Amino acid sequence: MRRLDGKVPFRGGGFSPSDHPAAAAATLCVAVALWQAGASAGLIPTLFLPAPVAIGRALWALTVSGELWGHLSASLFRLGVGWVVGTVFGIGMGLAVGLWSAFRSPGMALVSALFPIPKIALVPLFIIWFGIGEGAKIATVAFGVFFPTVIATAGGVDNVPRGLVRMGQSFGLSHGAIVRKIVLPAALPAILNGFRVTSSIAIVLLVAAEMIGAQKGIGAFVLAAGNLYDTDNLLAGIVVLSLLGLVVAWAIGRLERWLLGWRG
Amino acid sequence: MSGLRLTVDRLTHRYGTLTALRQVSLAAEPGRVMVLVGPSGCGKSTLLGLMGGLLAPSEGEVRCEGEVPDDCLNPMTYVFQDFALLPWRTVAGNVALVLEDRMPRPACAERVRAVLALTGLADFADALPKALSGGMRQRVGIARALAVRPACLLLDEPLSALDAQTRDLLLEEFAALIGRAGTTTVYVTHNLQEAVLLGQQIVVLSRRPGQVREILRLDRPLAGRSLADADLAETERRLWRMIRDDAAEAERERADAPA
Repeated sequence: MRRLDGKVPFRGGGFSPSDHPAAAAATLCVAVALWQAGASAGLIPTLFLPAPVAIGRALWALTVSGELWGHLSASLFRLGVGWVVGTVFGIGMGLAVGLWSAFRSPGMALVSALFPIPKIALVPLFIIWFGIGEGAKIATVAFGVFFPTVIATAGGVDNVPRGLVRMGQSFGLSHGAIVRKIVLPAALPAILNGFRVTSSIAIVLLVAAEMIGAQKGIGAFVLAAGNLYDTDNLLAGIVVLSLLGLVVAWAIGRLERWLLGWRG
Repeated sequence: MSGLRLTVDRLTHRYGTLTALRQVSLAAEPGRVMVLVGPSGCGKSTLLGLMGGLLAPSEGEVRCEGEVPDDCLNPMTYVFQDFALLPWRTVAGNVALVLEDRMPRPACAERVRAVLALTGLADFADALPKALSGGMRQRVGIARALAVRPACLLLDEPLSALDAQTRDLLLEEFAALIGRAGTTTVYVTHNLQEAVLLGQQIVVLSRRPGQVREILRLDRPLAGRSLADADLAETERRLWRMIRDDAAEAERERADAPA
């Protein structure tokens, strides 16, 4: 027998992490400051890793000369077109796989067979198919975006509460109306979650494609700077890619807040 | 009397090898309320699904006959136990779900407004379902069903997800709304008080496979019914005796079954 005597201890805390934007910003600032301090003190050789100030100067020079915009605009065009094409076809295929038996097994078989292929390995093939111009780079991005979008969309459709679909049927809604009014909105969280993954994949594939066959674009710029051991410009290009990733993630976050505000 | 006559003819339904209903025959009369009661697992909701065309029967058929008003947009309309509201739509948006594609916008807005007023939801038209209590959500489910001017209402334990106080309050409103609408109504419940307060025909199903054990008639109008009424109290006790015996036998069978 054991005797208890005292205040009941609180045991319900934890397991609910919260966001602190200030902590995120502070972490980045501290990391950059330590990096700069290390470089200024001579602890980090600038050939191996240029100092943040040197990268900032390179970035500024690229901006005022207009060179950065030339590369960035080419990349943004390929990224935008490739992502939209891959997303549109991916959502279409994902809906077909999620909604119709005729597409389900064949579609998933194709996705399972083709998704694991490294898309970079296909770039030479895309160059043969679409030429050395924009087509091959856009196709690389679109192809890389397509498969995860199919998986995210089909998964979203699979997880639509069947009770809501039955409700639509019980009210005599047409198949199209059920898809438009119930299935798509209910699958939207999964589809938007897929956007986060596909936007990152698209940036990675874009840079790879631009490194293989492009005169303009951030990937081509980074490759050229690397070939010249111009590490200031190389890292300036990488910073631009990182910022591009942040902007895309922010835009998707805004889109989620706008479209999924009902989740609260 | 308005509404459809719904005839169930020798209906059998199986889920794989499990027979849920066997040779069920009954008729829901136009403009009257039929309540389906029975022990858990007897196939009440399955029968409702079959009557509403959401399940295909293994054997037998369900027929509906009667005049449907021109403004009826969905003759046989369901109300679900879990409300089945679209969380991304406001209350008005949920109620307008069916109307918006089939009516001009002003007429749709007017019908939504009228139904929200009827169900006491006028002040919540722009609220999302997550902001509402369970009772209010089920009111939205009812409003959505009434908005299509159904000829037959099929209610699948609409109050069972609610707390006792909300259920009692909503039950009174249900009785008034159903009485006023005058549609044929089939109401599934495991709550015998709901059965005697709402039912004009009470169908008692036996344990699985569900068969019609008895059909009781309560010809009094819904308005003015009270659990204090001697005849209703006696009917409730009678129902409980039938269902309790069946449920106990089903439990015994389950306990005796080999593992």
